[in-house]
Amino acid sequence: MKRYLPFAIVFLCAMFTFGGGMLLYRAKRPAPPTIARETAITDEKAESFHARGGTDALVTLEEFGDFQCPPCGALAGPLLQIEKDYGSKLRVVFRNFPFDIHQNAHAASFAAEAAGRQGRFWDMHDLLYREQAAWSKSPDAERLFESYAAMLRLDISRFKTNANSEEVKARVAADQKRGAELGVKNTPTIFINNHQLPPTSLNPDGVRKAIDEALAEVPKHP
Amino acid sequence: MKSKRSSVNPVSRAPIIVYSIAAVLALAGLADATYLTVQFLSGETAVCGGSTDCFRVLGSVYARIGPMPVAALGVLGYFTAFTFAIFAAFGYARARIYFAIVVGFMFAGTLWFLFVQAFLLHAFCRFCLFSAAVVFLLTGLVVATPRRS
Repeated sequence: MKRYLPFAIVFLCAMFTFGGGMLLYRAKRPAPPTIARETAITDEKAESFHARGGTDALVTLEEFGDFQCPPCGALAGPLLQIEKDYGSKLRVVFRNFPFDIHQNAHAASFAAEAAGRQGRFWDMHDLLYREQAAWSKSPDAERLFESYAAMLRLDISRFKTNANSEEVKARVAADQKRGAELGVKNTPTIFINNHQLPPTSLNPDGVRKAIDEALAEVPKHP
Repeated sequence: MKSKRSSVNPVSRAPIIVYSIAAVLALAGLADATYLTVQFLSGETAVCGGSTDCFRVLGSVYARIGPMPVAALGVLGYFTAFTFAIFAAFGYARARIYFAIVVGFMFAGTLWFLFVQAFLLHAFCRFCLFSAAVVFLLTGLVVATPRRS
């Protein structure tokens, strides 16, 4: 009997590892939620979010992002290309979801919103992601954001005032509140026509595939 | 396992104890590597939300070989180490040699990944550090195990 004991122990270990791994995998992959109709984006609420693309676009991509999050930064460039490729069929909505663990994430969101007060939200959005490595670990990120504002030819004093204003902070907080209500825990979190993409699809190919599927679902009018 | 089982010397039970401890350590490493593999497969390493440093390590190009996560190699390594440790504890002489070889490879891999974290990524993931600690302990056990005549 003792002769077979090591084989039995090793077999049990393999079974526990495989079974435990499978259980953990299932637990970590809950069904992606869908945004309820009453909380979905509508044109009546258009002033409360930043959108790029036509309001009559067939597909709406809503992203919850953190400007200091490296995966968000890595996805930003491909998303820009996707926007160009799909043209008027796609509308992109951005929501701030800065994490406290990222030291400059909140300030970056405020900078983007402050730029938005001068009609340049998306320019600052793109610039912040493009320059993410430069300001992420900076002890004086606000100064860098001011230099970005200058690059975008914004009114600097107005930019600084807005970046520190309660309105801008409230706007970021509102985005975070919406994310929390939708169960957003990570960034980037992307909803395409109100259906959340699983984390494994958060890559250019996965996003394109989801958009194509959403387009295929749109009823065709003669 | 074709090697002959050596009779256990009642005077010295040290190898049995040492290899039993090694098996337990390998189990801890196996759990850690399994967790990291599942994290990769479920896409968690592709998003922010947990530790930033962990993302920088686990989401880096060094954390995968093609489509396969390096953590899966860790699962394989720890499981193999566990298997040989169990057989060595049961007196299979050749299993001790294989165990030492496997731990040697794991030690070399650990040094590489510590180098990557310290000098290339400038970030440390606590799960990877735990795995490194386990491998160092296993290496210590291999070095400290009394040789049989």
